[in-house]
Amino acid sequence: MDKSHVLAVNRFTDVERYNQVPDNHTAPPEEEFVEKEHLKSWLTDPQSRDQWVMYRADDVSIFWNRKTEAPEHVYSRTNWTETYVQWSPLGTYLTTFHRQGIVIWGGPSWNKINRFVHPGVKLIDFSPNERYLVTWSNEPISLAKIPDGTPSPFADDDEGNQVAIWDVHSGLLLRSFSVVQSGESKITWPMFKWSPSDKFFARVTPGQQISVYEAPDMGLVGKKSYKVEGVIDFEWSPARPDKEEKKGAQKEEVLSYWTPEIGNQPARVTLLAIPSKEIVRTKNLFNVNECKLHWQSQGAFLAVKVDRHTKTKKSTVTNLEIFRIREKEIPVETVEIKDPIIAFAWEPAGERFAVITTADTPGQSVAGAVPGAGAPPPTTTRTNITFYYLDKSKTVISFKVMSFIFERGQRFLAAPPHVLRLFTHTRQPTLTHLAPSENLEKKVSNNIFWSPKGRHVVLATLRNTTVWDLEFWDLDFEGPVDTAKKVDPAKPEDLGGSIQLLAVREHYGVTDVEWDPTGRFVVTGASMWRPTVADHGYCIWDFKGQPLFKQNIDKFKQLLWRPRPKTLLSKEAMKKIRKGLREYSRKFEQEDAIVDDEASAEVLAHRRRLLDEWYSWRKRVEAQLLEERRNRGMEIRGAVTDGQEDDEVVEEWIEEVIEETEELVPE
Amino acid sequence: MTSPENFLWQPCPAVNCIFETQLHRNNGHTRSLTQIKYNREGDLLFTVSKDKVVNVWFSHNGERLGTYIGHQGSVWTCDVNPTSTLLITGSADNSVKLWEVRTGRCLKTWEFKTAVKRVEFTEEGDMALCVSEQRMGFPGAVTILEINPDIDAEQSDEPFVVIYPEGSKATVAGWSYLNKYIIMGHEDGSISQWDWKSQERLKFHQPHVDVITDIQFSEDRSYFVTASKDKTAQVFEASTLDPLKKFSTDTPLNSASFTPRYQEFVVVGGGQEAMNVTTTGARAGKFECRFWHKILEEELGRVKGHFGPINTIAVHPDGRRTVLTMVIIWGRSFSSGGEDGYVRVHTFDDDYYKFKIDA
Repeated sequence: MDKSHVLAVNRFTDVERYNQVPDNHTAPPEEEFVEKEHLKSWLTDPQSRDQWVMYRADDVSIFWNRKTEAPEHVYSRTNWTETYVQWSPLGTYLTTFHRQGIVIWGGPSWNKINRFVHPGVKLIDFSPNERYLVTWSNEPISLAKIPDGTPSPFADDDEGNQVAIWDVHSGLLLRSFSVVQSGESKITWPMFKWSPSDKFFARVTPGQQISVYEAPDMGLVGKKSYKVEGVIDFEWSPARPDKEEKKGAQKEEVLSYWTPEIGNQPARVTLLAIPSKEIVRTKNLFNVNECKLHWQSQGAFLAVKVDRHTKTKKSTVTNLEIFRIREKEIPVETVEIKDPIIAFAWEPAGERFAVITTADTPGQSVAGAVPGAGAPPPTTTRTNITFYYLDKSKTVISFKVMSFIFERGQRFLAAPPHVLRLFTHTRQPTLTHLAPSENLEKKVSNNIFWSPKGRHVVLATLRNTTVWDLEFWDLDFEGPVDTAKKVDPAKPEDLGGSIQLLAVREHYGVTDVEWDPTGRFVVTGASMWRPTVADHGYCIWDFKGQPLFKQNIDKFKQLLWRPRPKTLLSKEAMKKIRKGLREYSRKFEQEDAIVDDEASAEVLAHRRRLLDEWYSWRKRVEAQLLEERRNRGMEIRGAVTDGQEDDEVVEEWIEEVIEETEELVPE
Repeated sequence: MTSPENFLWQPCPAVNCIFETQLHRNNGHTRSLTQIKYNREGDLLFTVSKDKVVNVWFSHNGERLGTYIGHQGSVWTCDVNPTSTLLITGSADNSVKLWEVRTGRCLKTWEFKTAVKRVEFTEEGDMALCVSEQRMGFPGAVTILEINPDIDAEQSDEPFVVIYPEGSKATVAGWSYLNKYIIMGHEDGSISQWDWKSQERLKFHQPHVDVITDIQFSEDRSYFVTASKDKTAQVFEASTLDPLKKFSTDTPLNSASFTPRYQEFVVVGGGQEAMNVTTTGARAGKFECRFWHKILEEELGRVKGHFGPINTIAVHPDGRRTVLTMVIIWGRSFSSGGEDGYVRVHTFDDDYYKFKIDA
């Protein structure tokens, strides 16, 4: 075979089918148009509140967040899902899991939008723009198992496959895939990673190749997989290609992958443009054990966490290789960390990142220590938290430590909350490392949760049996809160100096932390799914760490904020809003006050009613009892006790010897 | 009393613990307590325990007045008659004993086929009901004994009435107002109302999904509260069995009690089973006793400080006496299997009486 020959194949079944096409065309009956509900209706809430879904016992419920008030109930269903629930990435659909497959729901009446038949489905993944859905079942698709008569989306080709890709809008199966057979029994999820435009999706066959497919055709880009010897993992850049035809603009989507050392060839991180498959940048690395790729949310930076071993292979060190994608030639900066990193997180849309390192248990594997997904540290591990920012003030732009190892000992934690805000740090111009101090036992945070809008961070101690600390940090704390004077990106000098710990709180038994999509609220939950010692339930905090609402819920399982789609406002419009923030906040405060009054009036009325009902019932019962007692000629109890003012006086003598002296009286 | 954990609750009624150590030091009980009862005036406090001993205490200072010795097994339950002359106790030695309160003399022993888990006098003290276990082929029964209030009189050997409830066995029972009905709580979470004279079941329904552990009546016996292992306590009207209020907690409940006068509260308590306690901290066991507003069904606060599950709660019958108002009894278990008996007596601060919920 060569390029001039093409082998085309037709199926027998197809030949048969097309033979049987009737000669006369009959138009299919026209279906009446049924208007669909507005799927984004929740965004039109007059107060722009956010929703969440809560799963407790067998009930799945949707609520509006009402800050300090009990959340407003929207919709509930018992046994809505069989395992868990999940929002689509833009919040349009709520996904429920069933034995037979996946169902998505939405709109103001929470009707069924679509269903995807995939028996035994366990994991799903939406494409970033909700156009496609990937489902995985641990059971290979078996046509024989699907009962006759039920419509099945699968054909003979799908037999034995475990992954299916669906069109969310039409509900149709686009293609199914088999699982790449690798030595490990565990599957990595998401198995297929989507490019930010939903146009491409790819998966890696470890050690061999990256297969990039095009949607919705489901064919391989360039008709073949991209062979990379030894490839371990890859990540798409979240940056979409620029539409403008300006110079230096990113024209294609970019993915990054890494390969370990093979023979004499060093380990390497590569940036690859798709669909052209041109290599954009490579970087060789030596003595590499493990790499982890972390893209900043806008694709401006790629941080590669590299665990390296020393030449003797006795000890390991960690450093970060940071690719500055938007700059010419893509410079790579190396930041030495030394201690194993247990958590790393970029500020969303920002130029800062946070790392949690530990000096404890050297040599312990720290792979997969992504927030929320990491293996639990077996015991309380002492940790150091460091924030880095991009210092643009010098001619050589580089990432600098914002602050280093906070001295957060007992003394500090014992201080009352209102004192905590005086805890300031000066910026350290150079990267300094301090040996962990012995008395910092409380320093055990192991998870970083950035606000989706950046600036605020919650450091949490999760999966721990003795500590449940939550630390609320502000990285742009500039004296008293002045909302009009927000972060000025032109003055990076400010970035280093205004880090502030706003509050340290405890949510006893906390297992999960989640920011709302606006970055104003944090929900911490204690779920029955995880081994927790405490009451199941959740707490709502504001970004400053002020507790707003707490509810203990028996058999609480899951609470997920409904994501919001990206804003449609232009940069100018947002700037204008920011300018008028004072005006807005006054209006909002007024609205809040009205809501508060209404709510408390409502509560009071409710209480009043309960009390009235109770006392009127009591009056009736008491009158009836009195009557019956009189008829029987029995003692009237109330009268007896009322008449006797016989408060018993109990006298008690307490003798205490205060002093005893013995004196010899001279005779 | 407010802790970081319940920072969002209303200001709590102030409750102080007193006497716990005194009762302990006096070595009143060596095993976990099963029930406590105030007499009608509230000056005496009767405690029974698995250590076979029945004690009586001065409620104002926790000094022990005396001990009633004679039971051969764990004592499950006790009650005192309205004139505080007679004490009745039920035990795992398959007997019910009647005692003279003043002297500690055992006046009468009734033999049963199985252990007796609950006894209660009528308002007049002329009868007492005894809930006996279903075990070894014997059906569970509620037996009504006639009691002669004269301490020197001969007590009748024969039970006055015996009721054999069908279905799930009765775990607790009590007299409704004017002794009109007997209300039973059952193992399957159901409650039933009986015309005890005709041994006829009048009303029945199943508001709980797990065993009912306690039933306590309001002062006039027109309504009652049930505590259940299903983590709820519920209030019912005695004459209709209509559900009135429900309090949902996150822990299996062992006891619930009304606070008479001053505040319309319900005090509930429970916690993990004693056998599981050693595996978790005190905070995780949920051993706090919780105050709920009886009418508004809102939780107001918790009292901490227990290292084991709360077995039984009693509230002083007269809220006007500020000295002693509430008793919580709890057992503590160790991995070795030994058990201690503690009585905790709490008193209310001024804040408790001043507390007023906005309405």
